[in-house]
Amino acid sequence: MTKRFASPLAAAALAVTACLGAPAAEAVEVRAGVLRVDYPALLPISRYDARPEDLDFAGATLADEDNATTGSFLGHTYETETVATPPEGALAALETMLESGIRYVVVDAQAGDLLALADRAAEAGALVLNASAPDGGLRGAECRANLLHIAPSFAMKADAVAQFAVWKKWPRWLLVSGSNPEDRALAEAYRRAAKKFGAKIVEEREFEDTGGARRTDTGHALVQRQLPTFLQRTEEHDLVIAADATDYFAAYLPYHLWTPRPVMGSAGLRPVTMHGAHEAWGATQFQTRFERLARRHVTEEDYNTWLALRVLGEAVTRTGSDDPAELEAYIVSDAFELAAFKGQKVTFRDWNGQMRQPILLYDDRITVSVSPQEGFLHQVSPLDTLGLDRPESDCTAFQ
Amino acid sequence: MKSLMLTAALCLAASGALAGKAFVSNERGNTITVLDTDSWEVIAEFEGGNRPRGITLSPDGALLYVCASDDDTVRVFDTETYEELYTLPSGPDPELFVLDRSGSPLYIANEDDNLVTVTDTQSHTILAEVPVGVEPEGMAISPDHNWVVNTSETTNMAHFISTEDYQIKHNILVDQRPRYAEYLDDGTRLFVSSEIGGTVSVIDIAEDGTPTLSRKIGFEVPGVLPEWLQPVGVKATSDGSRIFVALGPANRVAVIDGTSLEVLDYIMVGQRVWQMAFTPGEEFLVTTNGNSNDITVIDVAAEKAIKSVQVGQQPWGVAITPN
Repeated sequence: MTKRFASPLAAAALAVTACLGAPAAEAVEVRAGVLRVDYPALLPISRYDARPEDLDFAGATLADEDNATTGSFLGHTYETETVATPPEGALAALETMLESGIRYVVVDAQAGDLLALADRAAEAGALVLNASAPDGGLRGAECRANLLHIAPSFAMKADAVAQFAVWKKWPRWLLVSGSNPEDRALAEAYRRAAKKFGAKIVEEREFEDTGGARRTDTGHALVQRQLPTFLQRTEEHDLVIAADATDYFAAYLPYHLWTPRPVMGSAGLRPVTMHGAHEAWGATQFQTRFERLARRHVTEEDYNTWLALRVLGEAVTRTGSDDPAELEAYIVSDAFELAAFKGQKVTFRDWNGQMRQPILLYDDRITVSVSPQEGFLHQVSPLDTLGLDRPESDCTAFQ
Repeated sequence: MKSLMLTAALCLAASGALAGKAFVSNERGNTITVLDTDSWEVIAEFEGGNRPRGITLSPDGALLYVCASDDDTVRVFDTETYEELYTLPSGPDPELFVLDRSGSPLYIANEDDNLVTVTDTQSHTILAEVPVGVEPEGMAISPDHNWVVNTSETTNMAHFISTEDYQIKHNILVDQRPRYAEYLDDGTRLFVSSEIGGTVSVIDIAEDGTPTLSRKIGFEVPGVLPEWLQPVGVKATSDGSRIFVALGPANRVAVIDGTSLEVLDYIMVGQRVWQMAFTPGEEFLVTTNGNSNDITVIDVAAEKAIKSVQVGQQPWGVAITPN
């Protein structure tokens, strides 16, 4: 149980955070921000996937309520400001938050913008919590000492799917990926996952994104003719892995294959952090609270934002501090743990600031399974079988 | 509860000899299974309302109280006829409750509403609603009746509520997801299990009821991932010499020495063991095993599991008559 405090932001929190009991109740006012960057995008394939206006923000409101209830017994108050902005307004929005004294910002943005925001926040001594960007680079060479990742990486999600496929003894995969850079990055995560867990990608096909409307009156009629022929004459496979991070074709795959096989990845059985039907481990209570508040089902984005602010709340509760450096040091330490309706505590990787968490495998109705799967062991935590492990990490900002 | 056994036994003796009964709430099956505590055979199963979880008996053993969580009510059954007699107002989503040993009031944890509801079992009215932390679950009453303890699963505290004015007087932070609270019979100590934290917090209680967290008990079983050692139900023998802790998906009950607070042994039981209850005289300890749909009977003196019996779907809680 060695304590490792990695972040240069974090200097001297050991004595405070290592104590067993609660800190003495002293008034703490925690002000946080949620910054959502809205990118121009085509409509999703399914109406069910339309982005609600209060995406992320509903999760923030619930987290504020949860944190405030706990805080009321300790003299801690929580207030979270939420802002949605187009990409060109993101830095200005952050600036306004920093000027108002906010030092904790949950960001839902793409990798490039996230890094720019994190770097500006660092100048102000502020901590950024990544609620969406899945890119491996953010956890590797491009990592930042003031940037914690609540959202799982592409690698964590790909590994979650791979473990289940291997557990099922379905080792021969047909990888069908999209042509956008994000799709290719996701496809690469599946290639790594196959190698890591002993599956074999017997063949790959790339389905080109030709643009255009994703939802048309007779879109399915066209797709019904195109996809099967696109997937003819492949090598023998047990499973189709879909890598479509930009959501333009995978949803059509399950019933439009040439060879009837299960689909996993971006369609069929999907790896998610949370979904509105998950009930195990007390999650029903989370769903009930969320739905009462938002009058809709929870999304991954809402859950990630809720979780980010709960991480902050838990750190404040245990340390009694509102200093970003001290809180971050506590969050990435061995002392930190948080229950997140996943059946085991979530913690952080002290080498790159990534949250460890189980990944739900969801078929759009129920939790089919949860990874890590039984039998996938690790010397530190079974959760470290998902995503890049310490020896593979080229993140140096936390050393 | 144990201090009542003598009077209860006298009452029952007057009304004719009765075999002991164990009542098990089946969360998924929506039924209550009744077992004979001599033969350990299932003698009845009856409808328990929607999602029955917390379950307890009146001091005389005549009434069975069941938290019908999805019905937002407490259902009250006759323990002889199994007929539902009436319901009690409980507040929304009652999960677990504790009955004052005088038979009233009933202190109910409302999981969805961050409340403890205090319900008078005679007048069937709500006496008070006490705001507590997020997702209240565990409930306990101090032996001197002065304190009701509630644990809140997401706030991670044990709240000490004065029974005089129903105000919270103390809060103790414990590890993640506290599920259950159990006082020693002499009132000097309280145990709080933390399911996700994997520990049992030992809280020493001063003469005036002031609690102090003194230590945390951890668990370790070779060949079982630490993540699956999830303490839920806790039962202490009346002399305080042994503390039994149900370890959820580790499928074991830990045996803790009441003096040294060291874990002495782990007893294998059914799958996903959550709640427990002693038979009168503490000869046996019964566990509910939610994933194997059975109960395990533990011989308390021998500290060995002697029997398992199939019950309904996803057994949650168990209450045993004070015969």
